[in-house]
Order: sequence, then structure tokens, then C-alpha cells
Amino acid sequence: MITPMISVALIFAFACFGLGLLLNLWRVLTGPAASDRILALDTMVINAIALLILLGIRQGSAIYFEVSMLFALVGFVSTVAYCRFLLRGDVIE
Amino acid sequence: MSLALIAALPFLGALLPGVMIRAGRNACATVTGSVTALALLGILLHAPAVMRGEVVTARFEWIPALGLNATFMLDGLGLLFSLLILGIGLLIITYARFYLAKSDPMGQFYTYLLLFQGAMVGIVLSDNVLLLLIFWELTSLSSFLLIGYWRHLPEGRQGARMALAVTGMGGLAMIGGMLILGNIAGSYDLSVILTQGDAIRADPLYLPALILILLGAFTKSAQFPFHFWLPHAMAAPTPVSAYLHSATMVKAGLFLMARLWPVLSGTDAWFWLVGGAGLITMVLGAVIALFKDDLKALLAFSTVSHLGLITMLLGLGTEFGAVAAVFHIINHATFKAALFMTAGIVDHEAHTRDIRRLGGLRALMPVTFVIAAIGSLSMAGIPAFNGFLSKEMMLEAAWDTGTGFAVLATLGALFSVGYSLRYLVHTFLGPVRDDYPHTPHDPGPGLWLPPAFLAVLVVVIGLVPQAAVGGFVKVVAGAVTLGEPTVYLKLWHGLVPALYMSIAAVVGGAILLALHGGLSRAWDAAPRPEAKAIFDALVDACARAARGLSDGLHDGAVSRYLAIMTAAVLAYGFWAWSGGEHTPGLRIATPLSPVPVIFAALLAVASLALVALHRRRFVALVVISIVGLVVSMAFVHFSAPDLALTQLTVEVVTIILLLLALNYLPKATPVETTAARRLLDGAIALGAGIGVAALTWAFLSRDRALPAISDYHLANSYEGGGGNNVVNVILVDFRGFDTMGEIIVLGIAALVIFALVDGLLRGPASRWLANRVPDMPQAGDRHPLMMVVATRIALPIALAVAVFIFLRGHNEPGGGFIAGLVAAIALLMQYMASGFAWSESRQHFDYHGVIALGVAIAVLTGVASLLLGWNFLTSTNEYVTVWPLSKVHLASAIAFDLGVFLTVVGSVMLALASLSRIGRRAGEGVNLTPMDIDPEAPGRAGKEPH
Repeated sequence: MITPMISVALIFAFACFGLGLLLNLWRVLTGPAASDRILALDTMVINAIALLILLGIRQGSAIYFEVSMLFALVGFVSTVAYCRFLLRGDVIE
Repeated sequence: MSLALIAALPFLGALLPGVMIRAGRNACATVTGSVTALALLGILLHAPAVMRGEVVTARFEWIPALGLNATFMLDGLGLLFSLLILGIGLLIITYARFYLAKSDPMGQFYTYLLLFQGAMVGIVLSDNVLLLLIFWELTSLSSFLLIGYWRHLPEGRQGARMALAVTGMGGLAMIGGMLILGNIAGSYDLSVILTQGDAIRADPLYLPALILILLGAFTKSAQFPFHFWLPHAMAAPTPVSAYLHSATMVKAGLFLMARLWPVLSGTDAWFWLVGGAGLITMVLGAVIALFKDDLKALLAFSTVSHLGLITMLLGLGTEFGAVAAVFHIINHATFKAALFMTAGIVDHEAHTRDIRRLGGLRALMPVTFVIAAIGSLSMAGIPAFNGFLSKEMMLEAAWDTGTGFAVLATLGALFSVGYSLRYLVHTFLGPVRDDYPHTPHDPGPGLWLPPAFLAVLVVVIGLVPQAAVGGFVKVVAGAVTLGEPTVYLKLWHGLVPALYMSIAAVVGGAILLALHGGLSRAWDAAPRPEAKAIFDALVDACARAARGLSDGLHDGAVSRYLAIMTAAVLAYGFWAWSGGEHTPGLRIATPLSPVPVIFAALLAVASLALVALHRRRFVALVVISIVGLVVSMAFVHFSAPDLALTQLTVEVVTIILLLLALNYLPKATPVETTAARRLLDGAIALGAGIGVAALTWAFLSRDRALPAISDYHLANSYEGGGGNNVVNVILVDFRGFDTMGEIIVLGIAALVIFALVDGLLRGPASRWLANRVPDMPQAGDRHPLMMVVATRIALPIALAVAVFIFLRGHNEPGGGFIAGLVAAIALLMQYMASGFAWSESRQHFDYHGVIALGVAIAVLTGVASLLLGWNFLTSTNEYVTVWPLSKVHLASAIAFDLGVFLTVVGSVMLALASLSRIGRRAGEGVNLTPMDIDPEAPGRAGKEPH
């Protein structure tokens, strides 16, 4: 059940997270430090998760919630791996 | 005994010699002989029926859809050849027992011999040309092993390679010919093909089929111009030469020509090709044989000559020619095998086969001399021996054909007399010499009994031919001609032209022998083509051309063959596009919404950025992650959550593996190409990209030409597969067989990574790693406390999620593949946090075993349905309640999915563990504690790690 207020809020939220994604992209590409890029990528995953949740709210489907949960569960692992690479070189010592 | 069993016996028996050799050489030979004797007995039991004119058959369907049935038949021709193969085989097995030295691996020899024997028996008993072709190729392979048996001799190896190349190529050609033949006749069964003679000869494809089949037969039977391999194959041990190269394998080509005689012969093409090649081979082989000094080379070329003789007789296309050919096959097999065995005895006793170093052996080896005399006089065509009878018939047939044939046939016979007498006179007669490499004497009966037996046959057939083999020849010739030939074999034909030709040949041959010294010097001085040099040059040229082509296409650089492949596909695509009609698509585009547009922009910019940044490898990896993320989101957007999850998890694992590898690679890609080259590659890439985009657009903007398969899947997913999640049901049920193949490939890939790393660590790279200095500064905390704690908490949650996704996968998004990846990632996190060695020592799974278990479970699920009488991998489903879970809809496919799960976990972890081993070799220490600062450790709180 989507009330007009939710509908407007959804549109606003979609716009914000969408814009956030573009800004993340800018940061990934420009850096300057490798850690900036990694952080931007991680934020990108979080923004994507947010968009998934929003999509689920708009369509009233629970599937997107589960998908976003899995995104959250495994999405940060690659961030960890990138960081370990920067710190130690070997991801698994 | 069923014919199929007879054909299978030698193959089954081939397992025995290798085992029995441990019980001694006698036991080994006895067992081998028993196998052959048993098969021979089986054939003999059928012999009375065949002699009555019946055809014994045995058939069962093998691959009926291909027209490939295991059908066997035994008629007169098959009987003759199977008797030759098994009978002479028995003699050869006895002979070989005493011929082979103690140092020769005898079990191996007998195994090869039985394999060969089985293949030969298969050829002559096959009633299906495809089955025959399979056995045909098997003879090429097994003879390769036999010729190269003395693998320490370079001549043996080269001879074996040459024989395999020539006969194998002929076999390939023959496959084409047989397929055409079967196509014309409408069946691949020989019994059907043989009734279609008129249709086959009238068909426009008759000539190609004939040429292709003759290529097979000529290469096998060493007919001109393919005669050159046979003498080189004589590097084999003498029993092999006697068996393969006189009695059996080289006669396979003759067998085939005789077998297909009713359908192929009788045309001008057949007459000139077969008759002509046979005549040339007969004369050429005889001439060369006269000038060979090696006993076996002499016999080899004489065999070539006699094979040519039989080929010529078959080529005449007359009934009389066929009868003579059959009779000469019998005679040649008896005297030539005996002669080979005597040559082997001489070699064995005198330690040389060079005629120039021999002579005068008559007094030293009387028994061998008698056998050799009988054999060589028969080969020369002297009355009272069987060779005389068939040679007379040959000369008569040649006389009837025409003057040219008669003259050449007489010439061949003349040289034949020359080399036969030379074999006898120069080896055995003359004064006893005192410079033999080894003092010769007669061998034990094991070596001379087999040829003596054959020599007795030579004399008996020679004296009373009609009584000895007249009826048999009639049956065999009847099988060749599919008629009732008149056969009357007799010693004295009266004063016919053939007799005068024969006398001329004997006299001329004797004169040749007298003049041999001078002729031989002239022959040696004369320039002549050396077949081996030509063959080697040809092979080298082919190898160079092949290498040039493959190096040109594939020089080891990915960019090269990607460019070639992409350009080729692009060219084909453009060609197809330019020939089609170009109407706009009728589908209406769905409206765009902003969020997907943002993701599309992300994808496009990230892809372009990747091109710009690809030399900085770490940054490139980060940018690739954006692409992966967008693809996952696209799957979600297009209602494919399964694919999205798979993409996401695969992405994570891939990134970790790439980072593991990148640690040991340069962090930047050097510039190795010219700007022009990059421009060209860019153009190809751009063209391919535009092409794919255009193709996608064309597909998306049109309705499908054919109904989509997805409707079928949607309709049958729950009914047939017991699951609501169509994607998962496709994976484990509709396309379960594919999935099974895929997980096997996945397991293999992991094992290959393991093996490659293992090899790497044993090789020179190991020292490089041990001395490696990290190329990046390293932070001090190897195992940060925060990370360790976080991953510990995440582990049970992640595993629970994996179980959840696995269990419900059949009905809702999930399944074994995703669950496997999630579980692997959960484990990976522990490895990253606390290090490989620490984590590895706390779990007790062998990843190889996990992969094997997974594949085994998947296969067993399929086999279980087979056992229950369903098709492979058929699934069933039921609602079950397992405490403490709620009611679960379980399909039997879940067991299959469990196999997928285990394979995925095992493969990912094995690949990763393998890559981590590199780090261990690079001198990384092993941590004893799970984290750098362990608050639990007594007396350690707040202290720096050592």
C-alpha cells in the first residue's frame, strides 16, 4: 500500500541515491588515493542496497529484501580484500 | 560360440599376459596361446556350417540411430582369414616365446599381439562397415605398438610412426569411402551393401567411393605408391614381421578388396586402378627384393610383390582371377610366414641378417635349411610346392587378359624366382664360412616346429591341392564372388602358355642369380628415389606448415587470437547482415526510468574508464567491481534474483583470487605494442562492440521467430520438476546433465590450479619466491583485532544464510550454487582475518575430497533414478517435515543440488588454498594466535606481538 507521501518520498530517495551513485563513480575514477577509490566502491554497494530496498518498497515484494541482505552480507568482503591487499599485499596470509 | 564372443576373446585375453608374466615366461605364453586356441576352436566349430555354404551371423544393436550395429558374420572369406589370423597366430605365439630375449618385456608383447589379433578378427568377422572401420583403426594402432616394440631402436620408432601415418591416413580416407557406400546402399550392413552392386556401380559417387576405399586398402596392403612403409616396419621383432607383415595385417587390404569385390569390381575404373596398381607393385617389389641384402628386407619386398600379385588378380574382375587370388592368399601365408620365421632363426643364431655375411648354413643348420628350401622354392614357383600352383593360375589369368599383362606378369615371376633362389642359395648353400658373428646351429624345436608345420602344409597343398584345399577354396571364392565358381586345382595343366611363361621365369631367374654380383653393383650405382627421405621431407613440410599456421594464428598472446577470432566473427556477421533485409523492428520500446539509466551510465563510464586505466592493475580491478555490481543490479531489475546473487558472489570470489595473484605480478601493465597496433585492435573492438549492440537491438526490437522455450519451462517446472523456482529447476532438472558436466569442469579447474601451483612451487619459481622482497610497503597489523572479531560473528550468520538459501532454492531464489559460494565466502573471511595456516589447522576437510564427494553425489543421484527405471537424473518430490524445521517441499533434485554445493565449496577453497601456498613459499611466517593482539591470551593484554 503506497500512500502519496511514500510515493513522493520514494522518488526523492531514488533521486538522492542515484545521484550518490554518480558521485561515488566520480570518486572511484578520480581517487586520488587507492583508499578513496575503495571507500567509494564500498559506498556504491551500500547505495545499491538502498536502491534495492526502495525497489522492494515500491513493488511491495519481499524478494528484494533478501537480495539486499545478501548484498550486505557479501558486498563488504571484496572491500576487505582490497584493503588487505593495500595493507599487506597478500590477501590471505 | 557366438561370433561376437570370438571377436571379443583376444581383447579380453589381452589383460592376461601382463598379469601372467609374473608366473614366468612359459605360463605367459601358454595363457596367450590358450586364448587364441579358444578363439580358433570357436571358429572351427562354425567351420562345418560355413563349408556347407551357410553364413553364420550374430547381431545386437549398438547405436542404431547411427546405423552402427555390432553385427558379425562368418562366411567362407571370413573363415579363411580368421583361420589364418588365429592359426598362424598360435604358431607365432609359440615361436615368439623362444625368440624374445629374457630382457624383452614379454607380457607387454603378448598383450599387444592379442590386441592386434582381436582387431584383425574383428575386421574379418564384421558385418557392418562402421564396425569394420573401428577394428581397422585398431589394427593400425596395435601394429604401431608392435612395430615400435623395441623402443630403444630408432628404426623401430621411425618405422612404427611411418606405418601409423600411412595406414592411418588410408584408414581416414576409407571412412569417407565407406560412408558414401553405406549412403548409396541405404545401410551400413555389409550383407545389405553386397546385394546393391548394380546400384553402387551406377551411382555418380561410385568413383570417389572406390578411390577412397582403395586408398585404405592400398595403404594397408602396401600397394604402389604406398609400398614404402612395409620394409621400414621390418624393424619390428621377427614374430611381428611374420605375423603382421606377411600373414595378416597387410592382407587386411586384400580382404577388403575381396569382401567388396561383388559391388566394386567389374568396372574399367576397378580394373585399371586395382589391376594396374597390383601389376606395378608386383614387378617393382620383385625387382627391389632382388637387390636387398637384409634377409628381412628381401622378404618384405617379396611380400610387397606377392601382395601386388593378389591385388592384380582381384583387379581383373574375373571369377578365375578371384579363385586364383584366394588360393594364392592361402599359399602365400603358409610359405611366407615360414620364411620369415627361418629368417628370424638365422638372425637369432648367426646374429646377422646380412646375406653378404652369410652362406654355407646348410651344413650348420640342416633343419632350418630344409624349411627355408621348401618355403623359398614354393615362393619361386617350383612344382611340387603350393606356390607353383597359384603362380601358374596367375600367369594363366594374365595371359587371358592381354599381352602387356602377360609380359609384365612373367617379368614379375622372373624376378621372384631370382630373389627366392638368392634367399636360399646365398644364405644356405656355398662353403661354410669362418667369420659369422656367432657360430650358428639349429635352434630348439620351439623355434623350428612352427615353420616346419607350415612347410608341411606347403608340400601337402603342393602335391594334392584339390584334396587338401579344393573344397575350401571353392567356398571362399564363392564368398568373394557371391557365385558358384568352378575350382579344380591340379598340379599338371598340360602344355599351356602359363607353363611356358613359368619355365621362362625360372630360367630367367636362375640367370639373374648368376649375374647378381654385377647387377647389384649397377643397381647400387643407379640413382633412385629413396622413399624414406621423401616421406620424411613430406612430414617435415607438413609439420612446418601446420606450425606456421598455428603460430600465425596463435602465438601465445591472447590479444592475437582474440583479434583474429573477433575480426572473423565480425566479417561473417557483416556478410550475413549485408545479405539480409533491413526492416525496422515492430516491438514498442518500454519507457525508460531514471534509476536504470543511472546504472547504465555507471556501466558505460566504468567500461570506458577501464580501457583508460587498465595499465594500473589495482585501479582496474576496482573499476571492474563497478561493472560487476551494475550487472548484478541489472539482473535484479530484470527479475532474475538468482542470477544477481550468483553474479555478486562470483564477483567477490573472483576479486579475491585476482588480488591473490596480483600480489606476485607487476602492478602495472607495460606498454608492449605500437600505437598503430593499438589503433587496429581498438578498431576491431569497436566494430565488435557496435556489432553486438546492433544485434541485441535487432533481437530486442522484434518478436521471436520461434516460440520461446521458457513457456515450456514455466509450465512444467512445478509439475515435472517439483519446484517453483524455474531457474533452479532448470539447473538441477531440465538441464541437470549440463550442470553435472559444469560442476565436473569446475572441479577439474580447481584441481588444475592446484597442480599448476604445485608444479610452480617445485620449479625454479620456488627459488624466486623464496628470495622475493614485497614490492609494496607492508602495514604492521597482519590480523587486525576488529576484523577477526567481525568475521567470527559473521561466520555462523553467513553459514545459516547458506543453508537457508540452499534449502529453499528449489522454490525461491537460491540453490546449491549460490549457497556454495556464500559458504565459501564465509570461510574465506576467516582465512583473510586470521591467516591461512591458522584457519587451515582448525578445519578438517580435505578440499579434494569435498570436490570428489560433490561430484559423486551428483552422479549417484542420476544413477539412482536409472536404477529405479527412470531416465538419468529424473527427479521426484515430496513435502516432508524435518524437526525442528517447518514443512519443506523436498525434491530428490536437492541431493543433486547438494552435490553442486559441495563441489562449489571445494573448488573455490582449493583454488584459494593453492594460491595461498605461494605466499607461504614466499617466506611468510605462520601466526600462532588468531589475531595480532589477543585480549584473551594470559599476560599478553596490551602488549605488542612479538
